[in-house]
Amino acid sequence: METKAVKFGGKLVTTKEFLAEGHSFCIGCGEALAIRLAMKALGENVIMAMATGCDEVTTTPLPYTSWRVPWMHTLFENTAAEISGVEAGLKILVKKGRMPEKNIICVAMGGDGATSDIGIQALSGAFERGHDFIYICLDNEAYMNTGIQRSSATPYGASTTTAPAGKFSMGQATRKKNMVAIAAAHDIPYVATACPSYRFDLMKKVRKGAELKGPAYVHILSPCPTGWRYGTDLAIKIGQLAVQTGIFPLYEIENGRYRLNADPPKLKPIEEYLKLQGRYRHLTAEQVQRIQQMVNEDYAKLKEKVKASPL
Amino acid sequence: MSRRVALEASHAVAEAVRMADVDVIAAYPITPQTHIPERLAEMVANGELNAAYIPVESEHSAMSTCLGAAAVGARTFTATAGQGLELMHEVVYVASSMRYPVVMAVCNRALSAPLSVWGDHSDAMAVRDTGWIQVFCQNGQEAFDLTLWAFRVGENPKVLFPVMVHLDGFTLSHVTEPVILPEQSEVDKFLPRFQYPFALNPDKPMTHGAFGPPDIYSETKLAQEVAFRKSKEVILQGWKEFGDIFGRYYHPVEEYKTENAETLLLTMGAFTETAKIVIDDRRDKGEAIGLISLRLWRPFPFEEFRRIVKGARLLIVFDRCISFGLGGPVFSEIRSALYDEEPRPKVVGIIGGLGGRDMSEENFDYVINRGKEIAEKGSDRMLETVGIR
Repeated sequence: METKAVKFGGKLVTTKEFLAEGHSFCIGCGEALAIRLAMKALGENVIMAMATGCDEVTTTPLPYTSWRVPWMHTLFENTAAEISGVEAGLKILVKKGRMPEKNIICVAMGGDGATSDIGIQALSGAFERGHDFIYICLDNEAYMNTGIQRSSATPYGASTTTAPAGKFSMGQATRKKNMVAIAAAHDIPYVATACPSYRFDLMKKVRKGAELKGPAYVHILSPCPTGWRYGTDLAIKIGQLAVQTGIFPLYEIENGRYRLNADPPKLKPIEEYLKLQGRYRHLTAEQVQRIQQMVNEDYAKLKEKVKASPL
Repeated sequence: MSRRVALEASHAVAEAVRMADVDVIAAYPITPQTHIPERLAEMVANGELNAAYIPVESEHSAMSTCLGAAAVGARTFTATAGQGLELMHEVVYVASSMRYPVVMAVCNRALSAPLSVWGDHSDAMAVRDTGWIQVFCQNGQEAFDLTLWAFRVGENPKVLFPVMVHLDGFTLSHVTEPVILPEQSEVDKFLPRFQYPFALNPDKPMTHGAFGPPDIYSETKLAQEVAFRKSKEVILQGWKEFGDIFGRYYHPVEEYKTENAETLLLTMGAFTETAKIVIDDRRDKGEAIGLISLRLWRPFPFEEFRRIVKGARLLIVFDRCISFGLGGPVFSEIRSALYDEEPRPKVVGIIGGLGGRDMSEENFDYVINRGKEIAEKGSDRMLETVGIR
């Protein structure tokens, strides 16, 4: 299982790529980077189940595959149930002596629609039953694969093709569903947010979630040049600004204990994040102000939880 | 030595699953299927069965969990009925297309609305095109036998298709009957260990479920159809070997007093046994009448079916489902299967037994009398039914 690792930025990272070259993700896709990093953190002793979505259609057009690890896809909303079967199947086969114990990591991945909309029931069920798996949500904040339709993870004020900005519409008029809080409400051992702009943080969290017994949930903000309408060279910068403005804070909840992983002394104004993205182009100054207010409130609430957590 | 015991048909299914030493059961409770998962959960809790019992949150997840377990090489089982089968519908398709040999018992139930927990074949007919091997049971013994046989056939490396065992809700699922249970050693002789040739394993990474662009999708579907039709060889072989070991032989089309029969009645499932009483009666009175029962619904047994009905003048098909705007689904398939045959019997269809409506001997008498009448004079009714006000 041990593979060659290189020293990079003070850390050891494997040189192996488990998501092979030749996939058809868009240029500058933040999600592709997130998956690549997550796979490096997970290594090759895994079995993956992936929901229908960008990451599935860009990596597996029959008869090709970009996956160098065992991988399965069946449908959109059932990935958490599928990985439940993988996990239970492996466990019982080991117990019955039909296969050697190899501590295979069970990984499920899905987009924000597959996770917080259509697949939330299956995910909630798998969390509640306590299967030993890690679920990674790749959140690009809309149904990007089908052409930028809104999901419940689309942020307030963003324009999408099914909640477009218009004369009588500001785009998305509802608040982003807090999937992290929903996952945490299941009292599972590990819940975290991550962003590929903070690669070591992301890899550390994926690894930690995989190693802990029981369900783990890692919610990764995956900037999308196509859907968010920004230049293809800006994914890293946008991810950084999401964290630095506080609209997507990096934190983890380990056995109920909240911890912020990046806590800038002063949050940057949200406008810096919004103005780089075409999906927010239509917003008025008042609407931007409203978003700033929401970010401030949410961030303060999060800090309260961190403060209330025992060290 | 085998034992003859009194068992509810649902428990007979559970007993077959236990003797098959299944690895993973994922199920969601729904009437009239509940006695199957309840009994299995009990077996796991008592240590009678070494399996993972996963109490999932829906039927959609029940089948999805089975797919995940089958993908790593576990022997998997689930059971459902009616609405549950409808909810898992899209996953049912995937199971066969991805060649995961899951075994599922379906306690046939009507479909809403209005809500009905009682039996008919609407749920079965809604999944007839999903690519599962499908068989119908008439009694508790068959429910046991065919469940055991289902693992053997589905998991055969030449087959690798899921198998659905239909047993009528309540009229069979909840009936206690004498059932002969074999010795475990006999079962082990009949049913080898599941060796899934494509199990997901980090030692040899594989991709399951890549998507099919237009330049390859058609070929995958044709390949599936070819493999599915070929599974019939293994189906027949499985029944032969089952008979050789256990002494009970099954056939794609079961015949009852068909010799020199001018009229044939066709039924599926548990009502077949009621119909047999009516056939006995009429035979005693000298009527040239027989009964055939479709055991194997998919793949459709064209060859056996055509051979058996060839000599008859009239075939009366009894349906427990309405395909709205068409009529009885079994009737229309049967008529189509005979269109090119020469000679062929006249085929008439009558629908009844919907949503738990009983079918008595008198009802079957009506079916036969009315069937003959239609054959002679034709019908001026939109839909021929029995026992419906």
